[in-house]
Order: sequence, then C-alpha cells, then structure tokens
Amino acid sequence: MEGGFFTLQDFMYFTKGVTYLIMVGALIAVTAFWLYLTDRDEDVTAEHEEE
Amino acid sequence: MSASRTAVSRSLLTPFNIVAGLILAVGLVITVMRFTGGLGAVTNLSDYNPWGLWIGFDLLVGVALAAGGYVTSAACYIFGLKRFHSAVRPAILTGFLGYALVVFALHYDVGRPWRLPYPFIVQPGTTSLLFEVGACVALYLTVLFIEYSSAPLEWLGFRKARNLVVRLTMVLTILGVVLSTLHQSSLGALYLIAPSKLHPLWYSSYLPIYFFVSSIIAGLSMVIFESSLAHRYFHDKMDETHRRETDGVALGFGKAASLVLFGYLLIKVIGLAVDNNWHYLTTGWGAWYLVEVLGFVALPCYLYAVGVREKNLTIIRRTSGLAVLGIVLNRLNISLVAFNYHLPSSERYFPHWMEIAISVFVVTVGILAYRFIVTHMPILYEHPEYKDAH
Amino acid sequence: MSISRRKFLGWMGAAGLGVTAGTKARAASNAHFEGYPNSLAVLHDTTRCVGCRRCEAGCNKVNDLPAPATPFDDLTVLDRKRRTDAESYTIVNRYGAGGEGQAPLFRKNQCNHCLEPACASACFVAAFHKTPEGAVVYDASVCVGCRYCMIACPFEIPTYEYDKALAPRVMKCTMCHPRVLEGKLPGCVEACPVEALSFGSREEMLKIARERIRKQPERYVDHIYGENEMGGTSWLYLAGVPFRELGMREDLGVTPAPKLTSGALGAVPIVVGLWPVLLTGIYAVSKRKDKIAEEEKRQAVAQAVEAADQKAAEAMAKAREKAEKEKTGAIDKAVKEALAEAERKAQEEAAKAAAEAAAPTDDTAEGPEGTTPPAPSDPKPTEEDA
Repeated sequence: MEGGFFTLQDFMYFTKGVTYLIMVGALIAVTAFWLYLTDRDEDVTAEHEEE
Repeated sequence: MSASRTAVSRSLLTPFNIVAGLILAVGLVITVMRFTGGLGAVTNLSDYNPWGLWIGFDLLVGVALAAGGYVTSAACYIFGLKRFHSAVRPAILTGFLGYALVVFALHYDVGRPWRLPYPFIVQPGTTSLLFEVGACVALYLTVLFIEYSSAPLEWLGFRKARNLVVRLTMVLTILGVVLSTLHQSSLGALYLIAPSKLHPLWYSSYLPIYFFVSSIIAGLSMVIFESSLAHRYFHDKMDETHRRETDGVALGFGKAASLVLFGYLLIKVIGLAVDNNWHYLTTGWGAWYLVEVLGFVALPCYLYAVGVREKNLTIIRRTSGLAVLGIVLNRLNISLVAFNYHLPSSERYFPHWMEIAISVFVVTVGILAYRFIVTHMPILYEHPEYKDAH
Repeated sequence: MSISRRKFLGWMGAAGLGVTAGTKARAASNAHFEGYPNSLAVLHDTTRCVGCRRCEAGCNKVNDLPAPATPFDDLTVLDRKRRTDAESYTIVNRYGAGGEGQAPLFRKNQCNHCLEPACASACFVAAFHKTPEGAVVYDASVCVGCRYCMIACPFEIPTYEYDKALAPRVMKCTMCHPRVLEGKLPGCVEACPVEALSFGSREEMLKIARERIRKQPERYVDHIYGENEMGGTSWLYLAGVPFRELGMREDLGVTPAPKLTSGALGAVPIVVGLWPVLLTGIYAVSKRKDKIAEEEKRQAVAQAVEAADQKAAEAMAKAREKAEKEKTGAIDKAVKEALAEAERKAQEEAAKAAAEAAAPTDDTAEGPEGTTPPAPSDPKPTEEDA
C-alpha cells in the first residue's frame, strides 16, 4: 500500500469513499447556497426553504 | 345471533378479507419456515441462481412501480403543474408503501437481515452498486416517510409538526428526485458487472439509463392505474377536487408516458446498434425480446397516444395496465429469464411456490396497509382544516 | 474481532484522512494497476491432471470441511458435471468423450483469485479483498448475505450455505491464505501426485507456462488461461485442447470487473452534483413563469378596471352634462313659469283685494346615507409551497 494502489479495486474503494463524503457535503452545500443566492429576492421563490 | 354481531360479521367476512386472511396465514407460516430452516427450505435458489423472485419481483419490480411518488411530486412541485396536486398524496403514499415493502421483503431474501445496516455503520463497500442502491433506498424511504407523514399528522391533529413537513416539501422533492434517479438507474447497473451471464439483448452499458427511463414510465402508468382502481373502490373517500382533477391527471400523465415510451423505444434501438446485436433478433431470445419491446413498449406508446388524442380515458387506463405489465416483464427478463441464459435448463431457476407465496403475501400486506390508510387518513381528500395550505 | 486492515483503510478513506496518505496514486483517468508485485499464483497444467481427486481430499482436510457424501477415492462422481458448493471449495470434472482411444481430460475448478475480483467490487460491505499474497479472501463477520458476489463472479465460484438459518456464509476457496502466510503450500497443490499444480509467484508461473508451451507446442494450446481473462487471475491454466472443451468460458473478455461498473459509479456523484442545480433551476423558472403570468393577469385586470373606470367616468360626465342641461332647462322653464305665475298672480292680486295672505311651504329633511359594512379580510394567505 505504501507506494499507492496496486489494484484498480483498491483505488476505486478509496476514491469512491471520498466521493461519497463529498456527495453528502454537496447536497448540504447546494441547499445553503440556494438560500444565500435568493434570500434578498423580493419575490417568494425561496419561501419554502426559509426556516 | 345478536344484531350487532351480524353487522360485524357482515362487514369483516367479505370475500376479500377471507382471501387476504388466508394469504396472511400462509405467509406467516412460510416466514417461520424461512427463519428456522434457512433460504434452502423455502426457495429454489442455488449456487448458480443466487437471486430469484424475491429480488426480481419484490426488489426490482417493487422499486420500479413505486416510482410514482417521485414522478408525481416532481411534476407538481418542480415543473409547477399544480393541476396534478390531488394526485401527489396518493402517489407519495403508494411510493412509501412500495419502498417499505421492498425493504420488508429484503429481510426474507438476505441471509442475515439484522445486518442490513452494516454497509453504512460497519464497513461501506463503496465500489458496489448495491451499496449505492442500499444507501439511496434507505434515504429515499426516509424522505418518502417524511413527505407522507403530513397525512397521519393531519389525521392525528399535530398541526405544528405537519406545517414543518409542508415547509420542507421542495427540499424533500428535489432530494427525492436525486435519490430516485440514482437508485432506479443503479438497479439496472447492478447487472453491469455480469456481462457474461445476461443475454446480450438485455445486457447493455445503457442498462442504468434504461432502468431510469423505464422507471418514469412505470411511475406515470402506476399513478393512472392506481387512480382507476381507487376510483372503483374508494370513490366515496374522494373529495370534489380529487374527482375533478383525476381525468386531467390521466390525460396529462398518459401523454407524458406516451412520449417517454417513445424515447425509451428509441434508446432501446440505439442500444441494439451500439452493441451490434441485430443478429440475435432472429433467434428465440430475439423473438422474446421483440415481444417485450414491441408488445410492451411500442404498443402502449401508441395506445397512450391514441387515448390522449381521442381524450378516451378508458383506453388510457387500460394502456396503463399494459405499460405496468411491460415494466414487470422487463425486470423479470433481466433478473430471471435472460439471466444465466448460458446454463443448461437443468440448472435454470424457477421459483418455488413458497417464494411466490411470500411475494403475494408482501403485496397483500401492501394492499391492506393502503386500504387502512386511505379509509382513515386524508389521502384522497384534503383535510378540511388544512385546505388553505395547498 | 479486531479491526482489520481493510476496515481501517475503509474508515480512513471515509474520514478523508487518506487524502494525504494515498497521494502516490496515479491519476485515475489513465490509471493502470499492475497488481501486487510478487503476489502468488497457482499454475494448473490440465494436460497432467489424471482426475484422482486427491486435491479435493487435500482441500477438504486442510479447510476442515465436512466429509463428502461419496468418499474421495470414488471416481464415479466424475461421470456427471459438478460444481463448487458450500461443502467443497474445489472439484475436478472430466471432459471430452473419454472413450475410443481418446484420453479423458480433467480440470480442477476453484476460485481463480482474480487480480481485480468481481466479488470484491460487488460486495456492499467490502467483505472480500485481494491480499498482497494473491488470495481473494472473505470476511464472514460483516457479510449480510445478499449474494451479489455470486451474481458478479464470472466463474460462478462463490457458493452459499442456503440451509443455514442464522449464520449462512458465502463459501469459496481461500487459496489457503492462512497456510500460505505460514509458508506452506495450498492444500490442493500439496496433495497433487502428478504435479499438475504448481505454486509460486505469478510472474514465475507465467514464465513456466510460456516455457512449457514453447518446448512442447504440440502438447499445448498457445494460450495461458487466466493471464488476461477478466483482467487476469492468480490461477493460471494450460490445456491441450481449446479451453471451452474443458468447460471454461472463452468469451469473458479481458476487462477487469471494477471497470465494468466504473462508468455507472462515476455518474453517481455527477448526478448528485448537477441534479439539484438543474431541478432547482427548473423550479425557479416555472415559479418565475407563474409569477409573470400572475403579474400579467393583474395588469390586465388593472387595465380593464381602468378602462371601465374611464368609461364610467365618461358616462357619468355625459349624464351630468345632460342632467345639467335638463336642470338649466328646467330652471329656465320654472323661472319662466314662476315669472309668468308671479305676473299672473300679481295681476290677480292687483285685480283682487290685497288683503289675502299667501300659504307657507314645507321642506323635507334629508336622511343620512347608511355606512358601508367593514371589508372582509383577505381569506387566503396563499402558501405556494404546499
């Protein structure tokens, strides 16, 4: 393992693990970003996401 | 015999209840056998055929037919088709029940069901598409439960909790569509790893896309199909809005289903061309493939179109049944019929009657739960106290 | 049980700690993985195999498997084709006609220990992994029993304990990994009396195989099964007949199993990344359209109201004008009449006596207008998200 990955399987196991964590982060981030993007809108486009 | 007792026996001893009771009894007996004698005691599974009816029907068909929830809520809330609003709650309910039953049925199929959370809490197998399916189904079941929970919360009168759920609608809807896209397609992608076992006519690198697109067809058709059944049996539970909007839902969804079926047919043909599978069409497998593609994709596509053009709801409703059958056929073809096509017939799988009985049992549990919920909770009508909220 | 290396790595990856630890990884796009260096392999020369079933016996013994229904020296079981099952990790089958001057062919079957195992790729609890020594091993302590490994395996090797109710396991050859770690030979290799099985580093086994083919081209088909099949395996085969005649599939291709699913797996994060953006965008557009439609509707209503107001005003003005005219006409007329009357009266009065008095007139009081009822409050606070 020291020299990196010897099998595609190990490589994928590692990269997919990281990607899954990023996916969780992405879902939270996109919601937060949408709120940031729209919270000064005069219309009520984002009203459903308001707390 | 007292008057009240006859009333009770008249209301409970309907033919439907008797049959359902028998099925439940048989199901419970087989359940005991399954968990005391192992899978071998009640199934025809073998080392060559590790997945049988419980995966092919209960999981693959179950998840596909429960797609109505995400399709309808996306149409109503994301695409802004408000006139489909009365269809959302029944669709969410059947989606939720469908997924709950899928997870329930999985407990029969996997060897150690109490370990089902292991992929998420002990050791994630991130390279597996089944991990992806499992994660999405678990999350989506939660999402559906929250979406659906507004109905029991109204029923029970928990106003604050109910309003919180309604506020989350958009977030839940978008999350639901993301999760559904992923696991509907990943169910097809499960078979990508076995190109040597699945017949080339059904194996394609497009399998995930086929599964996703056909899940939209399944969702649309199931909504039409269920609503026609609900009209027959629960007409008295429906409010004016629901009754008024139903025909519009059938027309709109029929049109959408026709169009999506057309696209599905096109990408099926493209799949044949990409893998150069034309020569298989002249074989016996090819004939069966053509039955599926022409009889259960092209035909419903055309019939839906006729129904929509002529505004003929009868045609649309019957076609929805045909389209649903087509999805069932496709999933069973991939998981059972065309899988292990290379094996001699002596090694092929045919479900044990007890496997079929458990699948029937699971479906019956679903129907009973649906009946209980629509007769008690505001599904087919809006709760009088919350009408303003929609 | 203690946390295995695999579990530790898994969680390290999950915790993101591995980001720095694993930096030596080559770029994924063009990555090529050669497998563990010096990993071990078995070479099975089927031309030497005599079908004695000693390997089966040896395997059974070292793995503590249950005793078979028919003893290992009973060769009649070779009359039918068998496969691995939950009680036997390896089996020998007889192929070919086996009659009239043609020597019967035998092949031993067991897990091929792929360099990129399909079972490991498919397992959703990562219960399988390829060890640096070459074996693909299975960890029953995490197995859920979904049997996807059995679906995935192109060689149809993993088997399942279908008759166990509480703790069924997937069963397959381990290449005697514990024995190999102790420096011993795998049970089957040790038991083989005719050296049909050789054990050593995979590189060396490939060299030996090539050497045999080179030296005796008439004896061997010029192909080493397992060198490239499914990305290569740690069990290599030599044969004197095409491999399909030994019941081996020649249509498996050389794509390693993880590659088959990497496309679909790669699409997953992209969907997660872009779908919310796309869907929220569609939502915002449809919302915007609704709003514009509503605005237009309101404007149209306002215009209609304005037009109606204007018309009403015009009508009112006209009416007022008319009324004015009529009024003035009426006043003129009244004045004239009054004047005429006055004149006439004056004349009359003048004619008659001035002593008579005039009659007084009454005014009617004007009643107050009723107040308008209070306007009803807006009945629907529209909540669009419902």
